[in-house]
Amino acid sequence: MSHLLELAFTSFLVQNIILTQFLGICSFLGVSNKRSKAIGMGLAVFVVITFTGMMTWAIYWFILFPNLTFMRTIVFILVIAGMVQILEMAIKKFNKSLYSALGVYLPLITTNCTVLGVAILNIDNNFTFSETLVFSAFTSLGYTAIIIVFSYIREQMHKAPIPEGFKGVPSGLIAAAIMSLLFKGFVGLI
Amino acid sequence: MAKRLTPKQNVIKGLLKENPTFVLILGMCPTLGTTTSLYSGLGMGLSVLFVLILTNMIISAIRNIVPDDIRIPVYIVVIATVVTLLEWIIAAYLPLLYTQLGIYLPLIVVNCIVLGRAESYAASNTIFDSMWDAVGMGLGFTLGLSTLAFTRELLGTGGVSLLGFTLFDANSAASFLIQPTGAFLTLGLLIGIINTVRIDKEKKRKAELDKKIAAALAKKAAKEAAKKAQLETEGAN
Repeated sequence: MSHLLELAFTSFLVQNIILTQFLGICSFLGVSNKRSKAIGMGLAVFVVITFTGMMTWAIYWFILFPNLTFMRTIVFILVIAGMVQILEMAIKKFNKSLYSALGVYLPLITTNCTVLGVAILNIDNNFTFSETLVFSAFTSLGYTAIIIVFSYIREQMHKAPIPEGFKGVPSGLIAAAIMSLLFKGFVGLI
Repeated sequence: MAKRLTPKQNVIKGLLKENPTFVLILGMCPTLGTTTSLYSGLGMGLSVLFVLILTNMIISAIRNIVPDDIRIPVYIVVIATVVTLLEWIIAAYLPLLYTQLGIYLPLIVVNCIVLGRAESYAASNTIFDSMWDAVGMGLGFTLGLSTLAFTRELLGTGGVSLLGFTLFDANSAASFLIQPTGAFLTLGLLIGIINTVRIDKEKKRKAELDKKIAAALAKKAAKEAAKKAQLETEGAN
């Protein structure tokens, strides 16, 4: 149990997917300029990663292993695309208000590298099923947390007198650099 | 898509005008993740170049037989197949690069540049044009990654191992530049500087244009005034 807790903490803070692994930077820079967008995207990513993480783990170890492992990338991306589509239809049918909140972000998630990245990391690290569940859930929570915190920072940055050439993405990247420096501090905790 | 570009124009477009790293700001994950050394940065850039050329040509070849509704899944399967091929090649011939690129190699599948070019260029252009577009974009990406990797490795370790030179002692190097923080910082500064230069240039061009327009207007006004004066003198006569 303590081992799982440690894994949760590591994937949430110490090995934060955005700030130390550089996955999902595109959506991080694209969506984090507005708080409502960041919350929608963060929640959608959390749901999709947790589901696809489990699905791809099961598919890899029960179907692909040991003879078809080279099909990993192709199968995983198809599972993710299908999963996103099913999820979109399900949410549309059962919860209209949730759909209007998450709907726009769901199709974008297929090409979010965090999703495929987590699926592959689960396999590369030889995780068991419970480890996969914890790792997927907390990694995506780490993503959500960072993207929401960052949207607050960027909303404040809109008011700051930034030189014209540095507006938008460059200043966002520099702010991310400072934040990633902060996260280096968590390394000592484990 | 009004004008067909020649191969040379296509390459220049990818390298400079629409450079994927510095202007379009696409494919950020590998840009930040693999630029700790020039070797892995260059390797990543060339891998994407390889994938781009093949996928752009294949997608352009099948563009007329793919139904519109399912084109994105079809593109993704094509890209994933090419990337799997590339994974085998690199694992077999360049094992060191394979371990250095790690997870970023299979993640080329979801690289925005590859799918973006497939959707916005290859899906509506001939095979030949798509190939040159891919060459330009791939080289532009390679250039962006190499610039970033070169800066980070030089300032972060004091030398560039691929080119085999050392500028200063590793102990006095800013080692944080080869860590995640340095990736964000260097890229942010580089894009910022390039943007500033571009905005400056555009302002200058605009000022020049304004000057020209003002001069032309003044000339026209002078001409009209002369004409008027002439008419008046003719009327007086």
